[in-house]
Amino acid sequence: MGAVELGICAKGNEQPLFQVDGLTKYYGTRVGCLDVSFDLFPGEVLGIVGESGSGKSTLLSCLAGHLRPDLGSVTYDGRDVLGMAETERRRLSRTEWAYVHQNPRDGLRMGVSAGGNVGERLMAIGARHYGTIRDTATDWLGRVEIAADRIDDRPSAFSGGMQQRLQIARNLVTGPRLVFMDEPTGGLDVSVQARLLDLLRGLVRDLGLSVIIVTHDLAVVRLLADRLMVMKGGRVVEQGLTDQVLDDPQHAYSQLLVSSVLQV
Amino acid sequence: MTAMIEISGLSKSFTLHNQGSAVIPVMAGAALVVAPGECVGLTGQSGAGKSTLMRMVYGNYLAAGGSLRVAGLDVATASPRQIIRLRRETLGYVSQFLRVVPRVPTVDVVADPLLQLGVRADVARTRAESLLARLNIPQRLWSLSPTTFSGGEQQRVNIARGFAHPYPVLLLDEPTASLDAVNREVVLTLIEEAKARGAAILGIFHDEGARGRVCDRLVDVTGFTPKVAA
Repeated sequence: MGAVELGICAKGNEQPLFQVDGLTKYYGTRVGCLDVSFDLFPGEVLGIVGESGSGKSTLLSCLAGHLRPDLGSVTYDGRDVLGMAETERRRLSRTEWAYVHQNPRDGLRMGVSAGGNVGERLMAIGARHYGTIRDTATDWLGRVEIAADRIDDRPSAFSGGMQQRLQIARNLVTGPRLVFMDEPTGGLDVSVQARLLDLLRGLVRDLGLSVIIVTHDLAVVRLLADRLMVMKGGRVVEQGLTDQVLDDPQHAYSQLLVSSVLQV
Repeated sequence: MTAMIEISGLSKSFTLHNQGSAVIPVMAGAALVVAPGECVGLTGQSGAGKSTLMRMVYGNYLAAGGSLRVAGLDVATASPRQIIRLRRETLGYVSQFLRVVPRVPTVDVVADPLLQLGVRADVARTRAESLLARLNIPQRLWSLSPTTFSGGEQQRVNIARGFAHPYPVLLLDEPTASLDAVNREVVLTLIEEAKARGAAILGIFHDEGARGRVCDRLVDVTGFTPKVAA
């Protein structure tokens, strides 16, 4: 109502981009994740927190198609992801989806130059003109604050923070709509973390990305995520608005999690 | 005229699962109304529940029962997505604490609410700069992160951020608490201007002079304390 008077176009549309329903994965008889359901809308950032072994990484792997769930459904932009042919799903992960690994070494090719790492993803979707590819790669290195004169260096010559930023550039260069992130700031110095958080926030806002971010760092989700899911023993024990879950947690486990954070 | 904030029969309790599942009732039967262009001040002793009520209106604390309508949306039952949209477009909040991503320049912190609304970056920045100037934050600080600023400066950055977008509903938690006379005057004028453009304001003001000047009515939250032996 107020927004109309102010002439502001509401961001974010009424159709979910990604829908998950009853997702369940067992490892033998052991539960990986159990009956997880949620909707993610364009431009929304969903945080998933929980201790090691809570099932958050299993869930992310199932969502991104790295693991096949036993039950449930995953719908992306109206398409049934689990029913897709493998080639179609792979195409999706190269184009409209992106996956940022905790360890940049898992998401980068360490023997290829920084420019090559970014350009490669463009070539995988059909870019062929060398000049265009190099220009786009340079532009993206700039956006993640890597100096243009480092374009021919290999990532092995980069610091951990730079490698992580390079991985983000490699992932975002193809203009994905949905980004999965597994502890993207894990293992980085706090000063480098802050820089990365600022970068991610800006990219989410400017590109309208939908993001699913798994982390154990509550400070990271507070600053980055709109909504939060708390997992324990493979189940979602609580979900809601990020600051509400952190400031007024309802479930015993969420209360324990929040009260266990050391104050600086 | 329809009220922008309408609270009735609102209750709140905290259940401490890890401390013997103690249930602490903190509010019952809370009721108040704030119309457009009106400023209502919450009063009551420290611990009476003023901040709790403000946090519930913002959707930061979950309501246990009752209804809590902000610009027509029942915050007590709304989905996270609806509350996010309400906060982006309609409901602003100036808290006592500044919470920002470290390293982000002050001017971007202040412009952020406008950028979230899709306002053009240069327009958002110009608006942010004019507010910072009005609140007497020296220009040499605009490009620095506010995390290292003094308490009073951080509070003024918070106020600039809260007034960057003309929210139809504003929550103000002690907006003049640690300000000198000059800046206190600027903030009171900002509040008066917001009222004049029709904003509905709910606030906590310990500063009695400020309270007397901007508040049209006062509501004592002591009346919302649950009637049980504590």
